[in-house]
Amino acid sequence: MKRVQFEHSPIPYLFVAPQIIIIVVFFLWPAGQAIYQSFLLEDAFGLSSQFVWFKNYKDTVLNDAWLQSAGFTLFFSAIVTFLSLALALLLAVKANEVIHGASTYKTMLMWAYAIAPPVAGLMGNLMFNPLIGDMYQFMNATGMDFDHKLDGFDAGFVVILISVWKQVSVNFIFFLSGLQGIPKSVIEASTLDCKSSFRRFWTITFPLLAPTTFFLMVINITYAFFETFGIIDTTTQGAPGGATTTLVYKVFQDGFRGADLGGSSAQSVVLMLMVLALTVIQFRFIERKVHY
Amino acid sequence: MAGVELTTVRKTYPNGAEAIFGVDMKINDGELVVFVGPSGCGKSTLLRMVAGLESITSGTIEIDGKVVNDVSPSERDVAMVFQNYALYPHMSVRGNMSYGLKNRNIPKAEIDQIVEKTAKTLRIYDYLDRQPNQLSGGQRQRVAMGRAIVRNPKVFLFDEPLSNLDAKLRVQMRIEIKRLQRSMNVTSIYVTHDQTEAMTLADRLAVINEGRVEQMGAPMELYSNPASLFVASFIGAPQINLIPVRFEAGKLGNGSLSLSGFSDLPTDTDLVLGVRPDALELGKSDQLKMNVELIEQHGGENLLYGALAGVVDKDGNSTEICLKSGQETLPAINEVLELGFDVSQAFVFRKDTGERLQ
Amino acid sequence: MNWRILSTHLILTIGAIFLTLPVWVAFASSTHTAETILREGLQLFPGGHFFENYNTVLFVEGGVMKKVTALQMTGNSLLLGLGFSIGKVVISMLAAYAIVYFRFRLAVPLFWVIFMTLLLPLEVRIIPSYKVVADLGLLDTQAGLIIPLIASATGTFFFRQFFRSVPDEILEAARLDNANAWRFFIDILVPLSKTMIAAILIIMFVVGWNQYLWPLIMTTKEENYTLVIGIKQIYQILNEGGELPQYQKAFALTILATLPPVLVVLVFQKWFVKGLVESEK
Repeated sequence: MKRVQFEHSPIPYLFVAPQIIIIVVFFLWPAGQAIYQSFLLEDAFGLSSQFVWFKNYKDTVLNDAWLQSAGFTLFFSAIVTFLSLALALLLAVKANEVIHGASTYKTMLMWAYAIAPPVAGLMGNLMFNPLIGDMYQFMNATGMDFDHKLDGFDAGFVVILISVWKQVSVNFIFFLSGLQGIPKSVIEASTLDCKSSFRRFWTITFPLLAPTTFFLMVINITYAFFETFGIIDTTTQGAPGGATTTLVYKVFQDGFRGADLGGSSAQSVVLMLMVLALTVIQFRFIERKVHY
Repeated sequence: MAGVELTTVRKTYPNGAEAIFGVDMKINDGELVVFVGPSGCGKSTLLRMVAGLESITSGTIEIDGKVVNDVSPSERDVAMVFQNYALYPHMSVRGNMSYGLKNRNIPKAEIDQIVEKTAKTLRIYDYLDRQPNQLSGGQRQRVAMGRAIVRNPKVFLFDEPLSNLDAKLRVQMRIEIKRLQRSMNVTSIYVTHDQTEAMTLADRLAVINEGRVEQMGAPMELYSNPASLFVASFIGAPQINLIPVRFEAGKLGNGSLSLSGFSDLPTDTDLVLGVRPDALELGKSDQLKMNVELIEQHGGENLLYGALAGVVDKDGNSTEICLKSGQETLPAINEVLELGFDVSQAFVFRKDTGERLQ
Repeated sequence: MNWRILSTHLILTIGAIFLTLPVWVAFASSTHTAETILREGLQLFPGGHFFENYNTVLFVEGGVMKKVTALQMTGNSLLLGLGFSIGKVVISMLAAYAIVYFRFRLAVPLFWVIFMTLLLPLEVRIIPSYKVVADLGLLDTQAGLIIPLIASATGTFFFRQFFRSVPDEILEAARLDNANAWRFFIDILVPLSKTMIAAILIIMFVVGWNQYLWPLIMTTKEENYTLVIGIKQIYQILNEGGELPQYQKAFALTILATLPPVLVVLVFQKWFVKGLVESEK
């Protein structure tokens, strides 16, 4: 903390109050409610409720739909993270090398950050629309018999593609900044020591990008878990048959559409624990491991 | 072990700025040549062109008889020590030193042997497993040198390697570098803006000014026979005394100053007379009169600064001159000293071109 | 050598096309009639109906949704974006200032409370949050829309980091000049933070404008829809309805929903990038 601080003043309490109040009312209280609700079983009309301990958890977490959703979420996160990081890294490296038109390229690669996931979802949806979508025709023209309304795999493909598309810009910005943070003289020294630029990249540049990479991995996994809600909701809605339902989407579905408050709350709590684990990993590993 | 030859080397930047205006030089095998000059004169650019880190606009650079204009840096067989060391932050000292050899597919056992031997020579053996950010500036500098040495290159390149060290360390390392270079007998090019470093390290010195080589030769040659005003004033500490004069009626004069012993000089132009502080002698004759203003005592010698009597420029300022003297009794401030010098040790330059006339 | 430069440009160009083509196609398609689109599919080149389509969507009641116009939705989005970004900056700055510059008993526990919000993204507390807002009577209100969103920890962390990097000497000099805690904040710290504030405002405006889940569950009446919510509704409308699906209107709406944040990002590119990169915890 700072060496010099104010003491004996009412100001800190006043200043911190707005945020704390909102947090208590809109974060902690609802979170507490969610936890409490997860232990209840409500009847169809919400008139009476019964305390059932961990029954909701057992029912929800061990049932097939949830497991399918969990599996998809993990797979989905891994692929989206990997693809959008890889693409962004490639583009950032090239954008860092080029001299002519550098700023134009950078602008064109950066701006997609501003698009909201549901908007990206709708655009993708229309591109894959059987009636008018060129992408739909293209996929079928390759002889694949593509139909994302029917085939879970195809639906997954669409959702993954749109999610990656949306996320490349953010990763690009960070990778580019990370690359520019590597001292030029270190790169020059490596050109004297190593002939192959490919090798130089993997032995010098990439390790020095590690802090950025780890940071982005966390950001991307979080994105894949949560923010892709908007994309799924405007494209497949988790169909067909739950093939593209992420855990978050399932919470929403079961809670708002299915009115299964107990189950949905249990799922929320499970998600909360997952986020906790992720945050712990982030702070433990990132702050510790990768600082030169 | 190889020579380096530069032939009409030019460099122009894409925006049109010219950095190097045509340099010719031949560096012999095993020689330590120093590029010296003020900031921005192009000495680093020239060095980097030899390394392959800057492109050559025209002319050729040859290393060991082979033209290397289009050869990539790692294939020129040169090693470089950077000003800020440029150590790989994520590798240990051993890793830093082994990297270049690993990439040349040298067997691990051999690499370890070479690295450890070099580390012992440079006294960094104990740090082999440390990371760069755990080392002091001087240690890092030695690792940077170690990294270059293990490569056993044809040419060593040094880009102001000692600038970031404190004064005492700088003197120490200077000596170490000279010793190492001698024992390894590798052709070396060393860039610095510090003329003392240049004078003490170089077998030959190239004084560079605004993209051109003003003079190249052995240090003492440049000291006693400077080709231009720039070289004379750049080389030698304290700086040479420069007195504005004109040649009239067979005498070099200005104001109440009148010196004989000069001949064959142009009469209608401004000239500059250069006399080194150690060429001035007290009391021998009264060619110059100096009004003492400041005395610097350096232990083994004293520097006396003062105004040259009788010489005043348009603004009423006098020319400052400096006298180097031994430990005899010091004059008092405002005392007027009579100084003499041997005309054969003085230089006369044209003021406009800096060309040396005598 | 030249081959290398060529491949670099090629890769960058492909990347740029990949990221911009969909939006361009959306724009081009939005300037045609529904019939054209149904007949020929997505359009690569703009058609002649730009004014007509956008006029309908923006100004005509019932033009795109049942009642509300895109113009009204734009207004809602704007309110959300501005309200969110300004609210976030104000709250975070105040809280960060309190935590960094004051020694008070609750400092550490309160910090952890704020930190906890990172563990509780909206998706994890959707239903009870909805209930709380409904109980407070804040459904379908701007307040209910904005306030719950602005208290997450990211802004506070960012300002905390920034304040910690401000040299102690400045505070010491200010105290010698008789500045009290409030004055120091207003006269010295805030002006010092100007660049950061601008960067955060820009980023948060985009984040606020693009909010989806919360407005989705919180607004029930059409006139409160933001553009981004309109996107969702239009998707449903497209799939209902007996007449020709009005794809060109859907495209027009996506363009409208995208335009302001994109403009902000483009115009303020330098600040935006700086703020984004600096906020790396």
